[in-house]
Amino acid sequence: MLRAMTFQARRLWGQLVSMRTALVLLFLLAMAAVPGATFPQRDISPADVAAYYDAHPTLAPILDRFWAFDVFGSPWFAAIYLLLFVSLTGCLISRVRVHLLPLITGPPAAPARLSKLPLHATVGPVTRSPAELADTVRSTLRGVRWRRIRQVTEPSGSITLSAERGQLRELGNLVFHFALLVVLIGVAVGGLWGWKGGAVIVEDSQFCNTVQSYDQFERGQLVADSAITPFCLSMSDFRAQFLPNGQPVRYEADVRYEADKSDDDSGARTTEPRTPYTLEVNRPLRMDGAGVFLINHGYAPILRYTDRYGTVFESPTPFLPKDNGLSSDGVVVLPDANQDPDGQDRAPNVQVAFEGVYVPTAPPLPPYVRSEYPTRRNEGITLLGYQGDTGLDSGIPRSVYSLDQQRVAAGDLDLVGSAFLRPGETWKLDDGSQVTFVGTKQWMSVEVSHDPGRLTALGGAAAMVLGLLVSLFTRRRRLFVRCGVGGAGIGTTIELAGLTRADSEAFAAEFSRIVNAVREVTSQQPDFEDFPNPSISSKS
Amino acid sequence: MPTNESLADLSNSLLLWAIVVYALAMTCYAIEYAFGAQGAVAAVVRRPDTRTVRQSALVGAGGDDAVPGDVESGSAADPESQPRDESSVGWIGVLRRAAIAATVLGALCQVGSLIARGAAADRVPWGNMYEFICVVCLVGVVSWLVACVTRRQLRHLGVFVLLPVVLLLGLAGTVLYADAAPLVPALNSVWLRIHVSAAAISSGIFLFGFVCGVLYLIRHGYDTRTSNARISSGARPLSFPFTLGPRLPAADSLERLTFRVHALAFPLWTFAVIAGAIWAEAAWTRYWGWDPKETWAFISWVVYAAYLHARATSGWRGKRAVYIVLLGWATMMVNLFVINLVQTGLHSYAGVS
Repeated sequence: MLRAMTFQARRLWGQLVSMRTALVLLFLLAMAAVPGATFPQRDISPADVAAYYDAHPTLAPILDRFWAFDVFGSPWFAAIYLLLFVSLTGCLISRVRVHLLPLITGPPAAPARLSKLPLHATVGPVTRSPAELADTVRSTLRGVRWRRIRQVTEPSGSITLSAERGQLRELGNLVFHFALLVVLIGVAVGGLWGWKGGAVIVEDSQFCNTVQSYDQFERGQLVADSAITPFCLSMSDFRAQFLPNGQPVRYEADVRYEADKSDDDSGARTTEPRTPYTLEVNRPLRMDGAGVFLINHGYAPILRYTDRYGTVFESPTPFLPKDNGLSSDGVVVLPDANQDPDGQDRAPNVQVAFEGVYVPTAPPLPPYVRSEYPTRRNEGITLLGYQGDTGLDSGIPRSVYSLDQQRVAAGDLDLVGSAFLRPGETWKLDDGSQVTFVGTKQWMSVEVSHDPGRLTALGGAAAMVLGLLVSLFTRRRRLFVRCGVGGAGIGTTIELAGLTRADSEAFAAEFSRIVNAVREVTSQQPDFEDFPNPSISSKS
Repeated sequence: MPTNESLADLSNSLLLWAIVVYALAMTCYAIEYAFGAQGAVAAVVRRPDTRTVRQSALVGAGGDDAVPGDVESGSAADPESQPRDESSVGWIGVLRRAAIAATVLGALCQVGSLIARGAAADRVPWGNMYEFICVVCLVGVVSWLVACVTRRQLRHLGVFVLLPVVLLLGLAGTVLYADAAPLVPALNSVWLRIHVSAAAISSGIFLFGFVCGVLYLIRHGYDTRTSNARISSGARPLSFPFTLGPRLPAADSLERLTFRVHALAFPLWTFAVIAGAIWAEAAWTRYWGWDPKETWAFISWVVYAAYLHARATSGWRGKRAVYIVLLGWATMMVNLFVINLVQTGLHSYAGVS
């Protein structure tokens, strides 16, 4: 029973590590990746997944059940690549035995019947002893760089030579496949101990690296809060250059940063970080343990709202760009507006929100909703004012990019009017409050990330290429020579045979050159000046 | 910063000339292919077992200089290469030389076009889809020309290489054309030179490899069909692609060429993907994010890896393995056209509006 089971297990293992299985798994892997490029993926663009749900309300949940929106994290994708790597590892183990050991031990002894090999030739008979001839052939082989030679004297008195070249081919092959495992380890390390977060930084403001200060934050399963590098970053100026047609050519942000600095230090916010840096696309700021990458930029209109009681609210609110002219949408929500400073209770339904479309270059005629150019040539903002209950009950004005339209529909928020404002212009609302468009600041969004596995993956990738090059461009071939007593009983016959797995054409040419060389040196008295390597000819 | 309009115009007209000259070369090749000494009506030459030929030559010919079996350099063992060489003396030979000269001229026009383009926009000339396809086609043509230097029996096959090249270039010059312009910030990196050039070069070599694979399949199909016909003596006429068979080099030799070309392109493609990953790490914070372009590059890589494995697997070598080559090229085309034009991802640099 147990024997039957081990037999079955061995058979299964044998099948798993076979080349055929590897091939099938490779195809499966390729096919499994296709839906990942066809359907929107949650980790890349959650918004697209939501849009897909809206467009296909019945199909999307079914697809979702099969992880169509999380293909690369799905169990079936993992099953395929894990099986592939198990198969690969198994294959490697047997290959190390078969191919790496001969690297150390040298070529095997010559087979009994050389004439069975694909390439075969005979020279002679020659009236010299086998030992003498073996030495001559040996030095000839060394002369054309066949250096790994094993010599065996057979019981019959014949002497055989086996030589091998291009053994590195198998080594390269093994390196390539091991390197694949290293890359996978690098990816896994990055996934478990890496973290990344996205944040928006407006000009003249500061960002400090804590989990709470991110708009979104993702971490590997083994990342503790304490592992997140403390640093602060401030941005003083953002510069974007565009072509006349609006195509961007350069983004630069002047930032200052300071490591080992955090928000919690008292007074930290009052001092600027020390080290200046120009952050650019393709030129991230790399600190010990974290990189800061410039991802996006846009405008943050500054609205000054003076409520019925004269309380002033003023802050820049990042708006989200929606086209090449950087027309931007955004919402300014003021949950604390219109509260009587002397009153005891919160007055309901007096909150204020503005929905806006900001255009850096307004067209000459209305509607002013589509910007003509991405820089601030003729800026303006169209505001829709709302009053009522925004659903945000506390805290500071928040940057959300769109208003909760359900509240508008439900009557919680009333549209009180709209206006188009240029910088410095003021719109007086009916309830006596007023709003002024002060101007704009620019914002940039950055991604801060830490991936401890990336250098491992890079090393693995480099080894992959090297291994691949060696294994694809090295030809492995073996040569056997037998110097034996000739058929007629006079002299010694030299038999040569060659074996190669790949590229037999080139080897056939090489083989015939060797045969010719051997014929030449044995047909006449050896003339040492013809030998490329005479010094070793009589030795060893 | 501003683009040099006259240089950009020069680049465009040079590309037009390249297409015209390629088309001319293609016509010459086609005529030569149809009416050459070994035209489509030539008798069926059964391919002898090259291995035995080689061995007997080896054992018998002794010190003869005729290196046995070097099919790839076109000297011996390919029974059809010899008569064809004789055919190159007459007007057919003139036609072939004209065709090859025209191919070289077309490639030079393309080189000029790319240089002018790069000078016009003051950057490397592979910043959008139009330019990328131009580079891929140039590499495809050049790799074919290089292969022709040592493999004489390929020289009359230019039409098969130029056909996809002219189609791709025509498509690039009309539908996908984008004006010469500086790069968007995301592309402004030294890795543009490394990653995109490696991708374009390996794509061009894959294109050539794909053509070799198709030729192998035609020749292989022709061989099996004619030998079957001989056995059953049922006079079933050959259908279209296989009628091209008799003038193609031996199936063995084409299969080996297909492998060699892919053995060259695959490490380059691996390098291109890795260079892309390094760039992605600097530009987008992560070296791999399953962006649609990345995903398809990965799919192509896996398919070509499968080809290299299949070739070493018993029962797969030959026809089945070469079908994987066709699949691989199909994934490359999906990546180039479908992903660039239909999908939106981070690699949205096609510049096609």
